[in-house]
Amino acid sequence: MSWFHVFHRKQSDAELQQEIESFLAEEIAENTARGMSPEEARRQARVKLGNAQKVRENLWQQNTVLSLEKLGSDVKYAARTLIRSPGFALIAVAVMALCIGAATSLFTIVRSVLLRPLPFRDPGSLIMVYEHFRSAQSNQDGFNYNVVSPADYYDWRSQTHGFDDMGIWHWWQFNLTGERGELPEVVTAVAGSWNLMHVLGVEPALGRTFNEAEDHPGSDVVILTWSAFQRRFAGNSSIVGRQIHLDGKPYTVVGVLPASFTYPDAKVQVWVPYAAPTSPEFLQYHDHHQSRVIARMRPGISLATAISQVGAVQYREHMENLHAPVAEDVAPRTLIDDLARNVKKPLIILMCAVVCMLLIGCLNVANLLVARSAARQKEVAVRTALGAQRFTLIRQQMTESMLICLAGGGAGVLLSLSATRWLAAAWKELPSTQGIHVDGLVLAFACGLVILAAFAAGLLPAISSTGASVSAALQSSSRTSGGSRPRTALRKGLLTVEIAVTVVLLVGAGLLLKSFLRLQSTSVGCETANTLTLGYSLPARKYDKPEKVNAFNETLLERLRAMPGVRAVALGSVLPGAGYEGDNVFTIPQHPQLKPGADLPFALYRRADPGYFSALRIPLLMGRYFTQQDRGDKTDKIIVSSQLVRQYFPGENPIGMHLHIPAVSSHDFEIIGVVGDTIYQVGKPTKATFYFPVLLGGSDEGLTLAVRTDSDPLAISIPVQKQIASLDPELPVSDVLSLDQVIGDSLLSASFSATIVLAFAVLSLVLACVGLYGVLSYLMTLRMTELGIRIALGAQRQELLRLMLFDGMRPAVFGLGFGLLAGASATQAIASMLYGTKPLDPAVFAVVTGALLLVAVLACLVPAWRASRLDPMEALRAE
Amino acid sequence: MRKKGQADAEMLKGTLDMMILRTLVTGDAHGHTIAKVIERTSEDVLEVEQGSLYPALHRLEDRGWVSSYWGASENNRKAKFYRLTARGRKQLVRETTRWRQMTRAIGLVIGDETQTEGGF
Repeated sequence: MSWFHVFHRKQSDAELQQEIESFLAEEIAENTARGMSPEEARRQARVKLGNAQKVRENLWQQNTVLSLEKLGSDVKYAARTLIRSPGFALIAVAVMALCIGAATSLFTIVRSVLLRPLPFRDPGSLIMVYEHFRSAQSNQDGFNYNVVSPADYYDWRSQTHGFDDMGIWHWWQFNLTGERGELPEVVTAVAGSWNLMHVLGVEPALGRTFNEAEDHPGSDVVILTWSAFQRRFAGNSSIVGRQIHLDGKPYTVVGVLPASFTYPDAKVQVWVPYAAPTSPEFLQYHDHHQSRVIARMRPGISLATAISQVGAVQYREHMENLHAPVAEDVAPRTLIDDLARNVKKPLIILMCAVVCMLLIGCLNVANLLVARSAARQKEVAVRTALGAQRFTLIRQQMTESMLICLAGGGAGVLLSLSATRWLAAAWKELPSTQGIHVDGLVLAFACGLVILAAFAAGLLPAISSTGASVSAALQSSSRTSGGSRPRTALRKGLLTVEIAVTVVLLVGAGLLLKSFLRLQSTSVGCETANTLTLGYSLPARKYDKPEKVNAFNETLLERLRAMPGVRAVALGSVLPGAGYEGDNVFTIPQHPQLKPGADLPFALYRRADPGYFSALRIPLLMGRYFTQQDRGDKTDKIIVSSQLVRQYFPGENPIGMHLHIPAVSSHDFEIIGVVGDTIYQVGKPTKATFYFPVLLGGSDEGLTLAVRTDSDPLAISIPVQKQIASLDPELPVSDVLSLDQVIGDSLLSASFSATIVLAFAVLSLVLACVGLYGVLSYLMTLRMTELGIRIALGAQRQELLRLMLFDGMRPAVFGLGFGLLAGASATQAIASMLYGTKPLDPAVFAVVTGALLLVAVLACLVPAWRASRLDPMEALRAE
Repeated sequence: MRKKGQADAEMLKGTLDMMILRTLVTGDAHGHTIAKVIERTSEDVLEVEQGSLYPALHRLEDRGWVSSYWGASENNRKAKFYRLTARGRKQLVRETTRWRQMTRAIGLVIGDETQTEGGF
């Protein structure tokens, strides 16, 4: 066989026919010459020639690439069958497109966030090291990875040798002001130790990184990230070596980081040396937890060995500082896990949901194919009788499901391209370090998924439909439904599995939704409606005395309160629902001394102006608010939350009690008031909190304004910013949001998981419903004659309705039962994601059961009703 | 390939190709002549069927051992003539040599047996 002949088979065939003709003519001529009569000569020649058709067929086959040819005809055949029932084809393709699209999108994110290596040198050996408090109380609410104090880090680095090197960084924020009248802005910054870039293995795109001599308090060098370099400095490389102003102080730009470097966050604009924004005392603290340590493992030394060395040093620190919150131990976590800590669990759950939906999609297509193969049962039998091989028939049916899945997969991948972009933009907690985009592996995954789905959806119906014995299939008619019982059983089985998986999804979605609704309706503890919030920070260079700070703050408050449309204004450090921020340990001098090493009491650190609580409508439970007199750094009055009183002063009158808070001041603070609890983040339990007067007058600390208005709070944001600019044109503001938005941000992740899983669950319900309807319609067609006879013999129509309903509801009820059982165990896995909702929440299970039964009854009712309306004469005649 | 009046004797695979090539040594020929020549030379022991002849000719052509052209037959009919190519000639030599070795070997085996029998 040559390729020439493959592509010119028609021509070859014609030539062959001519050749045979000429052979025949020669033979006839020869026979005539022997003296035969013309007829005899022709007959003999024909006999000699044999079956000319067979010769042609043989040669045709010889010139054919076997598999290619068969595949071509299979595809043609499958495409024709699909086009003949466009409704079926459309539904099947749409189902597969949705399932494969969703799976591909999620896999893209899972791959980018959990699987793709970080853009650092040998990222697998980068470890985050945290402090770890051993007591059970400290470990609740996920606090087992505690941020590190600077002095601990310096001891770890100098006294252990298990790691190649360790770097440290902490968040910072600067006011970036322009030299030539550019608008001031608040920039997110990271203060990182001089060796950090070396630990990560990152080379600057321009200039250099810091050196050891530059890593000291008051240092004035800065590195720009690529985004700041492009956005603020227009990508002009002459910026290296020039100065920029951070908090009013000149810093020299020594380098620019590459575009690929977005650790720890894409928002970061500038890097300064770790010690630069701190003080020499700060670096001595063992109990000032706010930094993160990255270590690079040393080849040949196991993580356990290296960590145990660090742990030993940390334990010594703990023993030397028994009256301060210094952890006993350390805890490691790989850098990639650390980045994905908030999204890993939701991602895995969404991935499970997607797999469930994919399974349902495949089952549904399989179910539809079984129905069609049943309709084509006779065709298959006739073809088997005519000598078609079983393998050929299976291959043909597989081609059909392959076509469906290919079309669905193609559409799905297109769908997922936009879905992924949307997800990556909307899901704020996703780490951006690795970049989220579709790559070769993702496409390979999608292709694998398509093939897998095609096999899953096609193989079962194909095998089942071709296995029947020929005579049985040919004999069976619609009058005898007995022959198709196994097929019906298969369809019902598939349906049961489908419904069970749907129920699991529904239960999961229901729980997440209920938990989300609970989260949404939790009271933050203050008034949030119509409240504008914005942040600013007064730089110490300009506001070097408490009087200056207080003068600015009080003038601003006075002016804002005088603005039309403003009902109340609050000034504090961190608003309710805006995050954890920081805590401090304290002791109570009036109480007996705690045992050394015992867990010290601690509370969240907040500041508030005299009008703060009334403006935010946080109730005063005892004592009084701050007044204008509680000002200056000699002030010793604080207000505490009712949680603090419940926790540390049970059954006592806290007013007049004193707290000793070493990190804030050496003198004791007197409790003058108790206010209602607020929560620092939606979904987290309330924490004991103490409030210090804003009028202490500290600078360089972030302050947040809350302006309560009559109507839309964001409408007043520009006038408010103008008031600030009129007091200090160089002072930038940050995070201009409504308080509802601030709180909504922390709900985003929960709402995400809940919405997506719910969408999957509803889709699965629709699919299961379609499946149920299909099976019952099919059963009805099969039993049409039987039903006709029943009616003719006097069966009541209600009875028929009940009969058909019962038949259809059985797989639904079985599926529901299995699904509830499976759901009950599966929901244990998401227990930690639920808020105020138990994994076995009876309401959710009841609603799911009710909804599924209702939908199942509706799906069954139409075919059952049709069956009961049958005209017996027509039913019997139909054959 | 059945034999007239003979027991079912399948022609050894490849021998038809060899015989076709051999037939063409004496000159170009069309399908009918080739079949006749084989039949006549084998004293009508071998009968060539269409079902084998034409596929074999096409196979040989694909392998480049024969080439073909349309011409007029002895009776002035349009017929497809086959010609032995240089590669075909080489192939024929190879196959003939192998065939001779094979028949000699088989002859030796068979001959020994008849001798032993004759000895009794």
